[in-house]
Amino acid sequence: MADVVVEQGRLARVASPHRKGANLRNVLGRKSTVAFFLTLPLILLIFLLVLYPAFYSLYLATLNKAMTKFVGLGNFTFLFKRETFWMVVKQSCIFAVTAVIFKALIGFIVAHFVHNIPGKKQRKWRGMLLVPWVIPPAMSTLAWLWLFDPSYSAFNYTLSFFGVGPIPWLGNTFWARFSIILVNVWYGAPFFLIMYLAALKSVPDQLYEAAAIDGANWWQRIWFITLPMMRNIIAITTLFSLIVTFANFDIVRILTSGGPLDTTHLFATWAFQVGIQSSDIPLGACVSLFMVPILAVAAIFILRDVSKRGNEA
Amino acid sequence: MSTLAIDKAGPSRKVRYGSMSRDRTWALRWSYFFLVLFAIFFLTPPIYMLITSLKGSAEISAATNPWWVFHPTLSNYVELLTSNQFLRFFWNSSIISITVVIVTMLISVPAAFALARMKFWGSATLATGVFLTYLIPDSLLFIPLFKMLAVIQEFTGITLLNRWYVLVFIYPTLTVPFCTWIMIGYFASIPKELDEAAIIDGASWLQTLLRIFIPVALPGLIAATIFAFTVSWAQFLYPLVFTTSVDQLVLPVGITTTLIKGDVFNWGQIMTGALLGAAPPLIIYAFLMDYYIAGLTAGATKG
Repeated sequence: MADVVVEQGRLARVASPHRKGANLRNVLGRKSTVAFFLTLPLILLIFLLVLYPAFYSLYLATLNKAMTKFVGLGNFTFLFKRETFWMVVKQSCIFAVTAVIFKALIGFIVAHFVHNIPGKKQRKWRGMLLVPWVIPPAMSTLAWLWLFDPSYSAFNYTLSFFGVGPIPWLGNTFWARFSIILVNVWYGAPFFLIMYLAALKSVPDQLYEAAAIDGANWWQRIWFITLPMMRNIIAITTLFSLIVTFANFDIVRILTSGGPLDTTHLFATWAFQVGIQSSDIPLGACVSLFMVPILAVAAIFILRDVSKRGNEA
Repeated sequence: MSTLAIDKAGPSRKVRYGSMSRDRTWALRWSYFFLVLFAIFFLTPPIYMLITSLKGSAEISAATNPWWVFHPTLSNYVELLTSNQFLRFFWNSSIISITVVIVTMLISVPAAFALARMKFWGSATLATGVFLTYLIPDSLLFIPLFKMLAVIQEFTGITLLNRWYVLVFIYPTLTVPFCTWIMIGYFASIPKELDEAAIIDGASWLQTLLRIFIPVALPGLIAATIFAFTVSWAQFLYPLVFTTSVDQLVLPVGITTTLIKGDVFNWGQIMTGALLGAAPPLIIYAFLMDYYIAGLTAGATKG
């Protein structure tokens, strides 16, 4: 009974200014109220725990180490003068670009092999090849650390039969960088594989048949049919992976912690070392902010491709 | 002229058919060959984890073939599964992941429903914003979040740092945007007639969501749940920064910090722990592979 009264009261209030179309207006009013409450937790989460910290980190980056004084761009100019910083920039770029290229290549090649295999077996192979992506990276990196162990490395044991001397997998700069990229490629290639496989399946067979009749060889089929048809997926996957790889933390942290001599640090691991371990929070915030430009560029392109894709569908 | 061309095409087409099928069998053989190579590359670390976990510490430090177990033993498993510390990590990880999944679903399903079906002021912008938030990595936010928690702790007196429950509030920043995004995709693919019929029959928005959208989009919901679980189970950076005491750690951080004592690596136990830690996502994946893959590809193909 009380409910009805309240409902009527609300109806009357909403309806009072214009009697015509009051019902519709009421529905609309109710709809937007409901929508507001349904999205409120999401909006709060994004504003309080994502956007606010993001801007807070901009503010933090302008403070001195004790966080008592405003130093403007002091932290940035300090970073520019440090050699380690430029090494981190270089290493992050080398790491992200090389790893993404190899992930994309391996994913593309393996996707073709899996695609060649008939029906039921395909599922089995796909299931097996996706395993690296399923294991939490911190756990699988431990296995790699053990495979790379300086005295008990199982790789070096195997290589010794081929007369290849013990390789210092994590001991010197070149091999440490190589190992980190290898682990990242191992972890990330299955993601590309799955995306490309889905894309390959969506290319209509008639196109290949038509090309075969026209006498196209396999290279022409890939270049003129597969690649153009998969263009969008390749772009989105690559850009997305570029963001994730660039911001990678787990693998470097567990394998080398940035060593030898800080040569394998990425932005994330260096920010962790500076900001949390050496408790220079402003400088750490400053370091991690350098990821923003690259992330922003990639995000803009992804957004463009995703919305383009939405329009096609 | 034309008949001549057809005559010529006839036999040559036959030959080509034969060569195509022969090409195909060869392509298949090569495919299998390379797939085996790649499978070895992809499966070496997990298999090596398993091999090492079955070895005693004497065999690990002996100079025998590392790829074979000569004296298989379950002592590592027994030791870890009876150690209170390890069980504590497991428990922390489980309770955090399950709570995060529930929180994520409670936030993202209603929001995705509103964004997919109720066109309101700013709904398109918000949907784009959700997608952009998904692209913000954890390594950008951990320092300001750490400082934020410290400041809040100072002001309110509530202990936030070094407590596992704070992760329940932080993890949704990683899971909610993606889950909302793929749920928007799934909800948008439901035909409009379905909810219009429900509204005409007098269903409220909430009833439409609970009785129609959630049952119809159940595959998407499962995919989102799996994603939320795997992400929170695997998260390494946030717990590493926010928790330090042994009884507050989650599995990945616990294994990397406590099983490595100084320079002594107890590899048998580390590998066992890593394998046990990888088990829940692997088991889910083994049973729900199709949902897992649907969720993986949905991010870029839907919406």
